[in-house]
Amino acid sequence: MDAAIAHDVVIEIGAMPVLVRTSSPEFLEVLWKRYGGFMNPDAEPSFEFVVEVVPASALPGADDADVDLSVVFEGNRWILERGDFHAELDPGLRRGEIRLASSPYAIDAAFRVVHSLLLARQGGLLVHASSAVRNGKAFLFAGVSGAGKTTISRLAPPDATLLTDEISYIRLEGDGYFAYGTPFAGELAKPGENVRAPLAAIYLLSQGPENRIDAVGEADAARSVLESVLFFAHDSELVARVFDSVCELVQRVPVQRLTFFPDGRVWELVA
Amino acid sequence: MSAVYIARNKEVAARMLGDELMIMSARDSTLFSLNATASTIWQAADGRTPLAEIVERQVCKTFAVDPAVALTDAEELVQGLSQHGILKVSNTPIEEGP
Repeated sequence: MDAAIAHDVVIEIGAMPVLVRTSSPEFLEVLWKRYGGFMNPDAEPSFEFVVEVVPASALPGADDADVDLSVVFEGNRWILERGDFHAELDPGLRRGEIRLASSPYAIDAAFRVVHSLLLARQGGLLVHASSAVRNGKAFLFAGVSGAGKTTISRLAPPDATLLTDEISYIRLEGDGYFAYGTPFAGELAKPGENVRAPLAAIYLLSQGPENRIDAVGEADAARSVLESVLFFAHDSELVARVFDSVCELVQRVPVQRLTFFPDGRVWELVA
Repeated sequence: MSAVYIARNKEVAARMLGDELMIMSARDSTLFSLNATASTIWQAADGRTPLAEIVERQVCKTFAVDPAVALTDAEELVQGLSQHGILKVSNTPIEEGP
Protein backbone atom coordinates (compact mmCIF):
# COMPACT_ATOMS: atom_id res chain seq x y z
CA MET A 1 0.00 0.00 0.00
CA ASP A 2 1.28 3.46 -0.91
CA ALA A 3 1.17 6.01 1.86
CA ALA A 4 1.52 9.66 0.97
CA ILE A 5 3.97 11.32 3.31
CA ALA A 6 3.22 14.94 4.06
CA HIS A 7 6.17 17.28 3.94
CA ASP A 8 5.97 20.62 5.73
CA VAL A 9 8.13 23.59 4.92
CA VAL A 10 7.87 27.10 6.33
CA ILE A 11 8.59 29.88 3.86
CA GLU A 12 9.04 33.24 5.53
CA ILE A 13 8.73 36.26 3.28
CA GLY A 14 8.45 39.72 4.79
CA ALA A 15 8.34 38.37 8.37
CA MET A 16 5.22 36.40 7.37
CA PRO A 17 5.93 32.69 7.77
CA VAL A 18 3.65 30.50 5.67
CA LEU A 19 3.63 26.75 6.17
CA VAL A 20 3.25 24.74 2.98
CA ARG A 21 2.25 21.09 3.26
CA THR A 22 2.65 18.82 0.28
CA SER A 23 2.89 15.10 -0.30
CA SER A 24 4.70 15.61 -3.60
CA PRO A 25 8.51 15.21 -3.40
CA GLU A 26 8.72 16.80 -6.86
CA PHE A 27 6.85 19.88 -5.70
CA LEU A 28 8.94 20.04 -2.54
CA GLU A 29 11.98 20.29 -4.78
CA VAL A 30 10.32 23.12 -6.70
CA LEU A 31 9.77 24.93 -3.40
CA TRP A 32 13.37 24.51 -2.28
CA LYS A 33 14.72 25.71 -5.62
CA ARG A 34 12.47 28.74 -5.66
CA TYR A 35 12.37 29.72 -1.99
CA GLY A 36 15.45 28.08 -0.51
CA GLY A 37 16.77 31.36 0.84
CA PHE A 38 13.47 32.05 2.59
CA MET A 39 12.95 28.74 4.41
CA ASN A 40 12.67 29.13 8.18
CA PRO A 41 11.73 25.89 9.93
CA ASP A 42 11.79 27.59 13.33
CA ALA A 43 9.20 30.26 12.55
CA GLU A 44 5.66 30.02 13.89
CA PRO A 45 3.46 30.03 10.77
CA SER A 46 1.03 32.92 10.24
CA PHE A 47 -0.80 30.87 7.63
CA GLU A 48 -0.96 27.26 6.48
CA PHE A 49 -1.32 26.06 2.93
CA VAL A 50 -2.17 22.48 1.99
CA VAL A 51 -1.05 21.90 -1.56
CA GLU A 52 -2.53 19.27 -3.82
CA VAL A 53 -0.41 18.81 -6.90
CA VAL A 54 -2.42 17.63 -9.89
CA PRO A 55 -1.50 16.98 -13.52
CA ALA A 56 -1.75 20.08 -15.71
CA SER A 57 -4.44 18.26 -17.70
CA ALA A 58 -6.68 18.34 -14.59
CA LEU A 59 -6.63 22.14 -14.59
CA PRO A 60 -8.82 23.41 -17.42
CA GLY A 61 -6.87 26.62 -18.11
CA ALA A 62 -3.36 25.48 -17.22
CA ASP A 63 -2.00 26.11 -20.70
CA ASP A 64 -3.74 29.42 -21.24
CA ALA A 65 -1.44 32.25 -20.15
CA ASP A 66 -4.17 34.81 -20.82
CA VAL A 67 -6.54 33.59 -18.12
CA ASP A 68 -6.88 36.44 -15.65
CA LEU A 69 -6.48 35.92 -11.95
CA SER A 70 -9.77 36.16 -10.09
CA VAL A 71 -9.95 36.85 -6.34
CA VAL A 72 -13.36 36.92 -4.66
CA PHE A 73 -14.51 36.77 -1.06
CA GLU A 74 -17.40 34.33 -0.58
CA GLY A 75 -18.72 32.79 2.62
CA ASN A 76 -15.77 33.94 4.74
CA ARG A 77 -13.27 32.45 2.27
CA TRP A 78 -11.06 33.95 -0.32
CA ILE A 79 -11.32 32.08 -3.61
CA LEU A 80 -8.38 32.51 -5.96
CA GLU A 81 -8.66 31.20 -9.46
CA ARG A 82 -6.30 31.23 -12.39
CA GLY A 83 -5.79 28.79 -15.22
CA ASP A 84 -3.02 26.94 -13.43
CA PHE A 85 -4.34 26.93 -9.86
CA HIS A 86 -7.43 27.07 -7.68
CA ALA A 87 -7.08 28.11 -4.05
CA GLU A 88 -9.48 28.66 -1.17
CA LEU A 89 -8.29 30.53 1.89
CA ASP A 90 -9.93 31.03 5.23
CA PRO A 91 -8.42 34.16 6.81
CA GLY A 92 -10.15 33.43 10.11
CA LEU A 93 -8.61 29.98 10.45
CA ARG A 94 -5.42 31.16 8.76
CA ARG A 95 -5.32 28.20 6.45
CA GLY A 96 -6.09 27.35 2.87
CA GLU A 97 -5.98 24.68 0.22
CA ILE A 98 -4.57 25.00 -3.24
CA ARG A 99 -4.70 22.69 -6.27
CA LEU A 100 -2.00 23.36 -8.78
CA ALA A 101 0.31 21.91 -11.35
CA SER A 102 3.87 21.29 -10.20
CA SER A 103 5.28 24.50 -11.63
CA PRO A 104 6.86 27.39 -9.78
CA TYR A 105 4.61 29.93 -11.50
CA ALA A 106 1.35 28.83 -9.89
CA ILE A 107 2.69 28.79 -6.33
CA ASP A 108 4.50 32.07 -6.93
CA ALA A 109 1.26 33.74 -8.08
CA ALA A 110 -0.66 32.26 -5.16
CA PHE A 111 1.98 33.48 -2.71
CA ARG A 112 1.81 37.00 -4.11
CA VAL A 113 -1.96 37.12 -3.66
CA VAL A 114 -1.87 35.62 -0.17
CA HIS A 115 0.82 38.01 0.98
CA SER A 116 -1.00 41.00 -0.53
CA LEU A 117 -4.18 40.02 1.36
CA LEU A 118 -2.45 39.32 4.68
CA LEU A 119 -0.20 42.33 4.44
CA ALA A 120 -3.04 44.74 3.60
CA ARG A 121 -4.60 44.00 6.98
CA GLN A 122 -1.32 44.91 8.68
CA GLY A 123 -0.75 48.24 6.95
CA GLY A 124 1.83 46.84 4.54
CA LEU A 125 2.05 46.76 0.79
CA LEU A 126 3.39 44.69 -2.08
CA VAL A 127 4.62 47.09 -4.74
CA HIS A 128 5.57 46.45 -8.32
CA ALA A 129 9.04 47.88 -7.81
CA SER A 130 12.65 46.88 -7.43
CA SER A 131 14.42 47.61 -4.16
CA ALA A 132 17.89 47.45 -2.70
CA VAL A 133 19.76 48.16 0.52
CA ARG A 134 22.79 50.40 0.65
CA ASN A 135 24.56 51.69 3.75
CA GLY A 136 21.87 50.14 5.92
CA LYS A 137 19.02 51.95 4.17
CA ALA A 138 16.47 50.57 1.70
CA PHE A 139 15.57 52.32 -1.54
CA LEU A 140 12.61 51.45 -3.70
CA PHE A 141 12.35 52.03 -7.46
CA ALA A 142 8.80 52.01 -8.83
CA GLY A 143 7.60 52.42 -12.36
CA VAL A 144 5.58 50.99 -15.19
CA SER A 145 6.96 48.11 -17.24
CA GLY A 146 10.00 49.34 -19.14
CA ALA A 147 10.69 52.24 -16.75
CA GLY A 148 13.93 50.62 -15.64
CA LYS A 149 13.30 48.57 -12.49
CA THR A 150 15.47 45.70 -13.66
CA THR A 151 17.97 48.02 -15.35
CA ILE A 152 18.66 49.96 -12.17
CA SER A 153 19.00 46.67 -10.29
CA ARG A 154 21.62 45.51 -12.80
CA LEU A 155 23.49 48.80 -12.40
CA ALA A 156 23.64 48.54 -8.60
CA PRO A 157 27.15 48.88 -7.19
CA PRO A 158 28.79 45.92 -5.42
CA ASP A 159 28.03 47.30 -1.97
CA ALA A 160 24.28 47.31 -2.65
CA THR A 161 22.14 44.32 -1.63
CA LEU A 162 19.29 43.53 -4.00
CA LEU A 163 15.95 42.93 -2.28
CA THR A 164 14.07 42.26 -5.51
CA ASP A 165 13.95 43.44 -9.12
CA GLU A 166 10.20 42.84 -9.35
CA ILE A 167 8.00 42.88 -6.23
CA SER A 168 8.93 44.94 -3.19
CA TYR A 169 7.62 44.09 0.25
CA ILE A 170 6.93 46.98 2.60
CA ARG A 171 5.78 46.79 6.20
CA LEU A 172 5.00 49.42 8.79
CA GLU A 173 6.93 48.60 11.95
CA GLY A 174 6.68 51.00 14.85
CA ASP A 175 7.02 54.50 13.45
CA GLY A 176 8.71 53.57 10.20
CA TYR A 177 8.47 51.52 7.05
CA PHE A 178 10.81 48.63 6.32
CA ALA A 179 11.54 46.94 3.00
CA TYR A 180 12.12 43.19 2.92
CA GLY A 181 13.79 41.00 0.38
CA THR A 182 11.51 38.75 -1.66
CA PRO A 183 12.00 35.67 -3.83
CA PHE A 184 9.71 37.25 -6.45
CA ALA A 185 12.09 37.82 -9.35
CA GLY A 186 11.60 39.67 -12.61
CA GLU A 187 13.87 39.72 -15.65
CA LEU A 188 16.94 39.12 -13.49
CA ALA A 189 15.50 35.69 -12.67
CA LYS A 190 17.29 35.90 -9.35
CA PRO A 191 15.64 36.02 -5.91
CA GLY A 192 16.37 38.92 -3.63
CA GLU A 193 18.41 38.62 -0.46
CA ASN A 194 16.42 37.68 2.63
CA VAL A 195 17.19 40.85 4.60
CA ARG A 196 15.33 43.94 5.72
CA ALA A 197 16.17 47.61 6.17
CA PRO A 198 14.37 50.87 6.97
CA LEU A 199 12.90 52.38 3.83
CA ALA A 200 14.70 55.69 3.21
CA ALA A 201 13.24 56.78 -0.13
CA ILE A 202 10.96 55.84 -2.98
CA TYR A 203 12.02 56.77 -6.50
CA LEU A 204 9.54 56.95 -9.37
CA LEU A 205 11.59 55.81 -12.35
CA SER A 206 11.86 56.98 -15.90
CA GLN A 207 14.78 56.86 -18.30
CA GLY A 208 16.18 59.97 -19.96
CA PRO A 209 19.34 61.57 -21.36
CA GLU A 210 20.71 62.56 -17.95
CA ASN A 211 20.46 61.66 -14.30
CA ARG A 212 18.27 63.95 -12.25
CA ILE A 213 15.99 63.97 -9.26
CA ASP A 214 12.81 66.03 -9.07
CA ALA A 215 10.50 66.64 -6.17
CA VAL A 216 7.06 65.05 -6.23
CA GLY A 217 4.04 66.38 -4.33
CA GLU A 218 2.29 64.06 -1.91
CA ALA A 219 -0.83 63.70 -4.05
CA ASP A 220 1.16 62.82 -7.17
CA ALA A 221 3.28 60.45 -5.12
CA ALA A 222 0.19 58.68 -3.82
CA ARG A 223 -1.26 58.38 -7.35
CA SER A 224 1.98 56.88 -8.67
CA VAL A 225 2.47 54.46 -5.78
CA LEU A 226 -1.16 53.36 -5.97
CA GLU A 227 -0.65 52.48 -9.64
CA SER A 228 2.21 50.20 -8.62
CA VAL A 229 0.57 48.45 -5.68
CA LEU A 230 -0.27 44.80 -6.18
CA PHE A 231 -3.76 44.26 -5.01
CA PHE A 232 -6.15 41.76 -6.45
CA ALA A 233 -9.20 41.62 -4.21
CA HIS A 234 -12.51 43.33 -4.82
CA ASP A 235 -13.13 43.96 -1.16
CA SER A 236 -14.15 47.43 -0.03
CA GLU A 237 -12.62 47.17 3.44
CA LEU A 238 -9.23 46.09 2.13
CA VAL A 239 -9.30 48.64 -0.71
CA ALA A 240 -9.80 51.38 1.88
CA ARG A 241 -6.93 49.97 3.96
CA VAL A 242 -4.58 49.88 0.99
CA PHE A 243 -5.50 53.47 0.13
CA ASP A 244 -4.81 54.57 3.72
CA SER A 245 -1.51 52.67 3.75
CA VAL A 246 -0.33 54.37 0.55
CA CYS A 247 -1.27 57.81 1.89
CA GLU A 248 0.54 57.05 5.15
CA LEU A 249 3.59 55.77 3.25
CA VAL A 250 4.00 58.88 1.06
CA GLN A 251 3.63 61.12 4.11
CA ARG A 252 6.37 59.28 6.01
CA VAL A 253 8.84 58.32 3.27
CA PRO A 254 10.27 60.82 0.75
CA VAL A 255 9.07 60.16 -2.80
CA GLN A 256 11.06 61.63 -5.71
CA ARG A 257 11.10 61.28 -9.46
CA LEU A 258 14.37 59.73 -10.66
CA THR A 259 15.14 60.19 -14.32
CA PHE A 260 18.23 58.24 -15.26
CA PHE A 261 20.59 57.45 -18.07
CA PRO A 262 21.28 53.73 -17.91
CA ASP A 263 24.79 53.59 -16.53
CA GLY A 264 26.16 53.11 -13.03
CA ARG A 265 26.43 56.84 -12.26
CA VAL A 266 22.75 56.98 -11.37
CA TRP A 267 23.58 55.28 -8.09
CA GLU A 268 25.56 58.39 -7.07
CA LEU A 269 22.16 60.08 -6.67
CA VAL A 270 20.65 57.33 -4.56
CA ALA A 271 21.10 58.30 -0.94
CA MET B 1 -36.48 75.07 -6.62
CA SER B 2 -36.25 72.58 -3.76
CA ALA B 3 -33.21 72.38 -1.53
CA VAL B 4 -30.41 69.95 -2.32
CA TYR B 5 -28.81 67.94 0.48
CA ILE B 6 -25.54 66.09 0.14
CA ALA B 7 -23.82 63.41 2.22
CA ARG B 8 -20.51 61.63 1.89
CA ASN B 9 -20.77 58.00 0.88
CA LYS B 10 -19.32 55.80 3.62
CA GLU B 11 -17.87 53.42 1.04
CA VAL B 12 -15.02 55.73 0.20
CA ALA B 13 -11.67 56.42 1.76
CA ALA B 14 -10.48 60.02 1.80
CA ARG B 15 -7.24 61.71 2.77
CA MET B 16 -5.92 65.25 2.44
CA LEU B 17 -2.51 65.19 0.73
CA GLY B 18 -0.87 68.55 0.16
CA ASP B 19 -3.68 70.81 -1.07
CA GLU B 20 -5.65 68.01 -2.70
CA LEU B 21 -8.31 65.81 -1.20
CA MET B 22 -7.75 62.28 -2.51
CA ILE B 23 -10.78 60.05 -2.50
CA MET B 24 -10.88 56.40 -3.44
CA SER B 25 -14.05 54.51 -4.07
CA ALA B 26 -13.73 51.34 -2.00
CA ARG B 27 -16.33 49.78 -4.29
CA ASP B 28 -14.37 49.92 -7.55
CA SER B 29 -10.98 51.45 -6.55
CA THR B 30 -11.54 54.55 -8.70
CA LEU B 31 -9.38 57.44 -7.50
CA PHE B 32 -10.58 61.05 -7.40
CA SER B 33 -8.80 64.24 -6.55
CA LEU B 34 -10.68 67.32 -5.37
CA ASN B 35 -9.37 70.88 -5.41
CA ALA B 36 -9.78 73.25 -2.49
CA THR B 37 -13.30 74.42 -3.42
CA ALA B 38 -14.57 70.92 -4.05
CA SER B 39 -12.91 69.73 -0.84
CA THR B 40 -14.77 72.38 1.14
CA ILE B 41 -18.08 71.14 -0.23
CA TRP B 42 -17.14 67.50 0.37
CA GLN B 43 -16.16 68.14 3.96
CA ALA B 44 -19.38 70.07 4.65
CA ALA B 45 -21.57 67.32 3.15
CA ASP B 46 -23.26 66.24 6.38
CA GLY B 47 -26.63 65.32 4.86
CA ARG B 48 -28.41 68.04 6.86
CA THR B 49 -27.06 71.35 5.54
CA PRO B 50 -28.57 72.42 2.19
CA LEU B 51 -26.04 72.81 -0.61
CA ALA B 52 -27.00 76.46 -1.10
CA GLU B 53 -26.16 77.16 2.53
CA ILE B 54 -22.79 75.37 2.23
CA VAL B 55 -21.95 77.45 -0.83
CA GLU B 56 -23.05 80.71 0.77
CA ARG B 57 -21.46 80.20 4.18
CA GLN B 58 -18.30 78.31 3.30
CA VAL B 59 -17.42 78.51 -0.39
CA CYS B 60 -18.26 82.18 -1.04
CA LYS B 61 -16.79 83.27 2.27
CA THR B 62 -13.52 81.41 1.73
CA PHE B 63 -12.96 81.86 -2.00
CA ALA B 64 -14.60 85.22 -2.78
CA VAL B 65 -16.67 84.00 -5.72
CA ASP B 66 -20.00 85.14 -7.12
CA PRO B 67 -22.74 83.27 -5.18
CA ALA B 68 -24.88 82.43 -8.24
CA VAL B 69 -21.90 81.15 -10.23
CA ALA B 70 -20.60 79.25 -7.22
CA LEU B 71 -23.95 77.54 -6.67
CA THR B 72 -24.21 76.49 -10.32
CA ASP B 73 -20.67 75.10 -10.22
CA ALA B 74 -21.40 73.33 -6.94
CA GLU B 75 -24.54 71.71 -8.34
CA GLU B 76 -22.57 70.41 -11.32
CA LEU B 77 -19.85 69.13 -9.02
CA VAL B 78 -22.19 67.24 -6.69
CA GLN B 79 -24.02 65.68 -9.62
CA GLY B 80 -20.69 64.46 -11.00
CA LEU B 81 -19.57 63.07 -7.65
CA SER B 82 -22.96 61.47 -7.18
CA GLN B 83 -22.68 59.70 -10.53
CA HIS B 84 -19.40 58.18 -9.36
CA GLY B 85 -21.06 57.05 -6.13
CA ILE B 86 -18.87 59.02 -3.79
CA LEU B 87 -21.53 61.54 -2.73
CA LYS B 88 -25.23 61.06 -2.02
CA VAL B 89 -27.61 63.76 -3.28
CA SER B 90 -31.24 64.19 -2.24
CA ASN B 91 -34.01 66.77 -2.07
CA THR B 92 -34.60 65.85 1.55
CA PRO B 93 -32.14 65.64 4.46
CA ILE B 94 -30.11 62.44 4.35
CA GLU B 95 -30.21 60.34 7.48
CA GLU B 96 -27.08 58.28 7.99
CA GLY B 97 -27.28 54.91 9.73
CA PRO B 98 -24.90 53.91 12.52
